[in-house]
Amino acid sequence: MAEIRNYTINFGPQHPSAHGVLRLVLELDGEVVERADPHIGLLHRGTEKLAETRTWVQSVPYMDRLDYVSMMCNEHAYCMAIERLLGLEVPLRGQYIRVMFDEVTRILNHLLNIGTHALDIGAMTMVLYTFREREDLMDVYEAVSGARMHAAYYRPGGVYRDLPEQMPQYQVSKWKNAETVRQLNENRQGSLLDFLEDFTNRFPRYCDEYETLLTDNRIWKQRTVGIGVVSPEQALNWGFTGAMLRGSGVEWDLRKKQPYEVYDRVDFDIPVGVNGDCYDRYLVRMEEMRQSNRIVRQCIDWLRKNPGPVIAGNHKVAPPARETMKSNMEELIHHFKLFTEGIHVPPGEVYAAVEHPKGEFGVYAVSDGANKPYRVKLRAPGFAHLAAMDEMARGHMIADVVAIIGTMDVVFGEIDR
Amino acid sequence: MSLKLEKLSQLLSETFGEKLLSVVADRGELTITVAAADYLEVARQLHDRPELGFEQLIDVSGLDYSTYGNAAWEGKRFAAATHLLSVRNNWRVRLKAFADDDDFPVLDSVCGIWHSANWFEREAFDLYGIMFSGHPDLRRILTDYGFVGHPFRKDFPISGYVEMRYDPDQGRVIYQPVTIEPRENTPRIVREDTYGDVGHG
Repeated sequence: MAEIRNYTINFGPQHPSAHGVLRLVLELDGEVVERADPHIGLLHRGTEKLAETRTWVQSVPYMDRLDYVSMMCNEHAYCMAIERLLGLEVPLRGQYIRVMFDEVTRILNHLLNIGTHALDIGAMTMVLYTFREREDLMDVYEAVSGARMHAAYYRPGGVYRDLPEQMPQYQVSKWKNAETVRQLNENRQGSLLDFLEDFTNRFPRYCDEYETLLTDNRIWKQRTVGIGVVSPEQALNWGFTGAMLRGSGVEWDLRKKQPYEVYDRVDFDIPVGVNGDCYDRYLVRMEEMRQSNRIVRQCIDWLRKNPGPVIAGNHKVAPPARETMKSNMEELIHHFKLFTEGIHVPPGEVYAAVEHPKGEFGVYAVSDGANKPYRVKLRAPGFAHLAAMDEMARGHMIADVVAIIGTMDVVFGEIDR
Repeated sequence: MSLKLEKLSQLLSETFGEKLLSVVADRGELTITVAAADYLEVARQLHDRPELGFEQLIDVSGLDYSTYGNAAWEGKRFAAATHLLSVRNNWRVRLKAFADDDDFPVLDSVCGIWHSANWFEREAFDLYGIMFSGHPDLRRILTDYGFVGHPFRKDFPISGYVEMRYDPDQGRVIYQPVTIEPRENTPRIVREDTYGDVGHG
């Protein structure tokens, strides 16, 4: 009798549906996956080690480059860790701005996830629609920080600056005539909050559009229903967080259970799945976007009515305003010390976690009292999710591996760090 | 200290008694330190006892204390900090254990209790060289295939030892000793406690 052996194939690291540089070694029995061995680290940049050689504030931009589709949430966890070490209070307006941008980031992330997940398993159109909306939100990022993606907007003690009163406008050019520019600038006449409010008015309708494309789509359901089923016990044991955990029916969201910033003041619901398959996780993400939209609207309302400082007034931590720095000796010294030596953080250790779009993103920071961190450990949600790849993919067809990678929402910036 | 933290800290002291080398409640977080020999047993109890109910392991972080603070570090060098979360009771604890031997640090693996420990322990092994006995598959995870050394140890330079480039003469990628000079833009300073204190002169 002929000897039958399992077939081992290599998937990635350059594969369009590997969402970055994932190398998977798959052991196949026919078309059925017997074992999946993810090889990661191809994007390892040693962020944590680099952070040890820089002052506390200098590492903020590195955080953007971890999960490069939800930039501000990464910064948030890092800044929160520093604030906890310092025992520093963020002004209320700063907290509202942070919450608003966390939710904008969540929408950004889920739009990318749903778009590319659909693209991976055969629905080309989705990604075109979701990227249209992402563009508006990236403009919001740009208006507030000057960068479309890697914002470095959150700082220890608050945010870098207050929301701008004007949105940047399109200019007439060789490619855009006056009429096009007028149309593009139509909702950019007011402040950033006006632009964002206009977006939140439109967004629920967009969500309905996505749902008509996917939710009852036969092919989409055939590819996701019953694929990658995770029981609640497994999800907990595998260290799942975020939509991966909620998709399995565990009601757990840090924004509700261990509220930080002003999440206890805003009104929103937590969607929970039932079956724990890819389809339920998709539904959870869909609903999370609608809820984020709700939170953004509440924040806009509050921010309109309540002006105030956005960063802590303690100039041992937050730099003084430019004008005062130029007229006041004390402030000049603060400015000089802050930008040459940096913040001195009292010794101790904290673990600060936020409900990142992908799950629980935590920063474990150890300080020995120096102007640089002694150790920063970044807890990336995707790392724990991908670790369960073997168990989740086992027994599935090879085509379902792609569906599982998509539903995990892996981004290699944060997994490889 | 909040009421919940106090309850947890009391519960832990009652359950483990002598086994806890220290219980520290700082900035709203609880850290317990145990000996390497007790690490696995304490972890198992934390998971199994319903009143503690830590059903989720969030993170395992390797630590190298060799250059901590201004003075020379007296104690053991390597430690693992395990962050646990109880969804049921909505509380967290940090479990720390120092490895006994600095030259060959070994700790027990908690993989059998929480599956999620698997990759986190591989990472700690890769970056710090902490061995986890009983781990099913202790391979390197983040560094390159064939990497030598443990890069996150404090005695490992930030620029590393080797660099990689394409060599047109040999027609292949080669490794060579690093050519960049190490430099430090901002020196690392630990100030005395009274630094910047106006009343202190």
